[in-house]
Amino acid sequence: MKTAAPSLKNAPRRSNLGRQRTEQAFKAVCLVALVVTFGVLLTLLASVAWMGVKYLDFGFLTGLPSRHPEKAGVMPALMGTLWACLICALTAIPIGVATAVLLEEYRPKNSLGRWLMDVLQLNITNLAGVPSIVYGVLGLTVFVYVFQTAATASGPDAWSLSIGSPSGWFYLQLPMGRSVLAGGLTLALVIMPVIITAASEAIRAVPSSLKQASLALGATRWQTIRRVVLPKALPGIATGSILAMSRAIGEAAPVLMISGAVFLTFAPRNLMDKFTVMPLQIYSWVGKPQEEFHQVAATGIVVLLAVLLLFNGTAVLIRQRAQRMG
Amino acid sequence: MTQLQAGRILIPERRRSVVKRDLSELVIRVALTACGAMTVVCTTLIIYVLASNGLKFFGIADVSPWKFFTGTEWAPLLATPPKFGVLPLVMGTLLVAVIAMCVALPLGLLAAIWLSEYASPRARAIVKPTLELLAGIPTVVLGFFALMVITPVLQGAFNWTGFIEFDAFSAMSAGLAVGFLCLPTVCSLCEDALRMVPDALRQGSLGLGASRFETAVRVLIPAALSGIVSAFLLAMARAVGETMIVAIAAGSMAVFTADPSSQVQTITGHMVSMFLGDVSNFGVEYYSSYAVGALLFLMTLTMTFAGHLVRKRYRQAYE
Amino acid sequence: MFSKTGFKVLGLAAATATSLGIGGCDKAGLDVDIDGSSTVFPITEAVAEEFREDHGGTRVTVGVSGTGGGFKRFAAGEIDISDASRPIKQKEIDACAENNVEFIEIPVAYDGLSIVVNPANTWADDLTVEDLQKIFLEGSTVETWADVREGWPETPIKLFIPGTDSGTFDYFKEVVAGKEGSIRSDVTASEDDNVLVNGIAGDEGAIGFFGCAYYFENTDKLRAVTINGVGPTAETIENGTYAPFSRPLFIYVSKASAEEEHVQAFVEFYLDNGPALAQEVGYVQLPAPIQSAIRARWEARTTGTLFLDENGEKVHGPLTDIYN
Repeated sequence: MKTAAPSLKNAPRRSNLGRQRTEQAFKAVCLVALVVTFGVLLTLLASVAWMGVKYLDFGFLTGLPSRHPEKAGVMPALMGTLWACLICALTAIPIGVATAVLLEEYRPKNSLGRWLMDVLQLNITNLAGVPSIVYGVLGLTVFVYVFQTAATASGPDAWSLSIGSPSGWFYLQLPMGRSVLAGGLTLALVIMPVIITAASEAIRAVPSSLKQASLALGATRWQTIRRVVLPKALPGIATGSILAMSRAIGEAAPVLMISGAVFLTFAPRNLMDKFTVMPLQIYSWVGKPQEEFHQVAATGIVVLLAVLLLFNGTAVLIRQRAQRMG
Repeated sequence: MTQLQAGRILIPERRRSVVKRDLSELVIRVALTACGAMTVVCTTLIIYVLASNGLKFFGIADVSPWKFFTGTEWAPLLATPPKFGVLPLVMGTLLVAVIAMCVALPLGLLAAIWLSEYASPRARAIVKPTLELLAGIPTVVLGFFALMVITPVLQGAFNWTGFIEFDAFSAMSAGLAVGFLCLPTVCSLCEDALRMVPDALRQGSLGLGASRFETAVRVLIPAALSGIVSAFLLAMARAVGETMIVAIAAGSMAVFTADPSSQVQTITGHMVSMFLGDVSNFGVEYYSSYAVGALLFLMTLTMTFAGHLVRKRYRQAYE
Repeated sequence: MFSKTGFKVLGLAAATATSLGIGGCDKAGLDVDIDGSSTVFPITEAVAEEFREDHGGTRVTVGVSGTGGGFKRFAAGEIDISDASRPIKQKEIDACAENNVEFIEIPVAYDGLSIVVNPANTWADDLTVEDLQKIFLEGSTVETWADVREGWPETPIKLFIPGTDSGTFDYFKEVVAGKEGSIRSDVTASEDDNVLVNGIAGDEGAIGFFGCAYYFENTDKLRAVTINGVGPTAETIENGTYAPFSRPLFIYVSKASAEEEHVQAFVEFYLDNGPALAQEVGYVQLPAPIQSAIRARWEARTTGTLFLDENGEKVHGPLTDIYN
């Protein structure tokens, strides 16, 4: 606490009027900063929406990609985004929160264990800074070609392992190839550190008096975590997860490396199906020579933002309810 | 079993449940450790993939590591024979990131102070979720924004002076867009950090007669420094590794310069152009992307390590 | 609690074990997987879209991993067809051979390279390859248009080129700089052709080049210069007078995939409708005699490339000479 609370003795003497002016100016500057932040980003959204409204109709949502701007639709990309992000959320959030719990609540007492935890912590901070394109490279090597290197030959002669049948959603095959599962797992890698960091912060903020009370009443460590720590930290965890998932939904670079596909006429039917995502489809439209496709891209952006809004809105509601109950 | 039970005060009729409880504690502990270990595996794999392919580059390229790290000309495709001096890419990357941070940090922190110290609970309840929403604006969108709006504005504002001339691509335009990309995240995280400062400190400072400004600058920011630094680091690392915006708006010529009005190519920009271009994926210029990728990884590693030390020094625990 | 979950896990394991199998890498159902150049993408996209109307059961996927990325996947046997904006290179052929992937080479259209300037540029109507060399080569001292030819104004010249990783750049470099030369480095390069269009449209002294499709879409913002008196039009590109700035675009079909009925149907649909659709999306169709020569090679399933000689050197010249 050495940096906090300046003592009165050392405080510079200033006239009250000057202090008030500084205070007013500071408040104004803060407000201006907020307004600029919002102003710029909302201007961007408004201009995109204005451009994109022309092609926005129900047919756009259900349609397939087309070379004619008025016929172009977004259905395969939309479904691909939903599939990939569902896989991503189901993997990244549990593992991320579990790691955060490990970091915050299972601090070992011996020095070796503590050193290992420090390494783990540093490792996660570092992973949070690893660019998404590097995760794309990693996903391509690990998920797409997983076990392929172990096979005697690559190419059509390579062996593979499959579980389930293509007709059901639960269909696994190794190597995974450029499947929606590989894409979702890669996105999970991208956002996992963000979730861990946020969840750690949230868990750390739970007053230790609560934990000690729970432990003193005879609850085990896990019982304390499950009944006391996690419920209390839920709003923070939810915030972190929302931010992270927003990033996953909008992420283009790693998916571009995993999938690369932008013309698909179908939604994924199982975990092994090929896929594309909204940002990729938008990127592809942006690169077209016809001006009309820039408007189609803008329409795609509007849909993408709507998906984000829907997703975030739900999460915010859940969080607010949790806050009220907590 | 007896070992597990040893040292516990047991209520005889509940003996079985205690065994089960201890066992499940153990299972959970192992599961949590496995999850944690996964992140280490992830890092190891990243290092392995980048290093093995990066070394392949040094094996086939006609360039020594010394020349690679100190060369000021990067032209893997433009020139024959190709030139692999990585400094222009590093410079471009840092230039964009620094510009981005000049936007994101002051604006984000000030907006966060307003949110946590001045805003009414109602205003906050609206602004905070909106901010989180804005944090999710896809980078492709911001890249296009940079090209379509920021660049023309910069050109309109500066080109008539004759001193500075902005081209269709510039580090400035991309940097500003990356800054706006990071801004909501920085603001949101700083706000979290400020709100995590115990109210007692805030009330104490105000009670002693300090104004809100003095409280913010002398009490809150120092107290929340750990969170603010962490927010800054996340944003900085993201700016360094941002891909789509720089690929669209920064240009794709590796120029060794610190002039923000010039076009630059960043490390990620080069990687995208190698992975998605028409270049043969079996040639030396393709493997150069792994070498620079490894360098990028080292850069973020250094940054986060430095940040870790800062955090360790200033971090305060509030009980 | 544990036992219940245990049962579920057991049940799931039993259910999946029955369908567990280890076998060859079989592709699911009637899929045609295509990946590669973003330049060829519009043609393949159009063909796939039309193909969908008649062959609803076949699922066609088209990717844009770049020519190099496409060939990499093609050589690994991952995809059936590779889109390419340049002929296959020796190293890529070697990679194919390593995995026993044989390919059938099919040129599908011409892409003209248009050299464009700002409409406010009233002086440079016609340029020669020598002029372009003077402007674009490394070591060039050209700073203003007056340095190119005497009598032209002293407007600073600004160069715009496509991304150096693109097939378009590769082709231009080969024509203007030759095998050993380099392009000067103080240029603006971008993968996004729209950026080039806007860059050139916004600068009076600008000059640049990119695929004709973009020029045809933006004739109101740009002006194409003629090369040795010939401008880029569908006719001049098709009949070969707009040499040397027109290049062929390709698809490469895996021979193994070509034995599958639905891939075969797709390629034949491509051969029938590709030329017209290529025109529609801004490229130029190949002359009829070349089209029939290409079809004959496809029907005989002739593998290998015509664009590399025995020594792995690139074969130059118009398509009519290569396909005679």
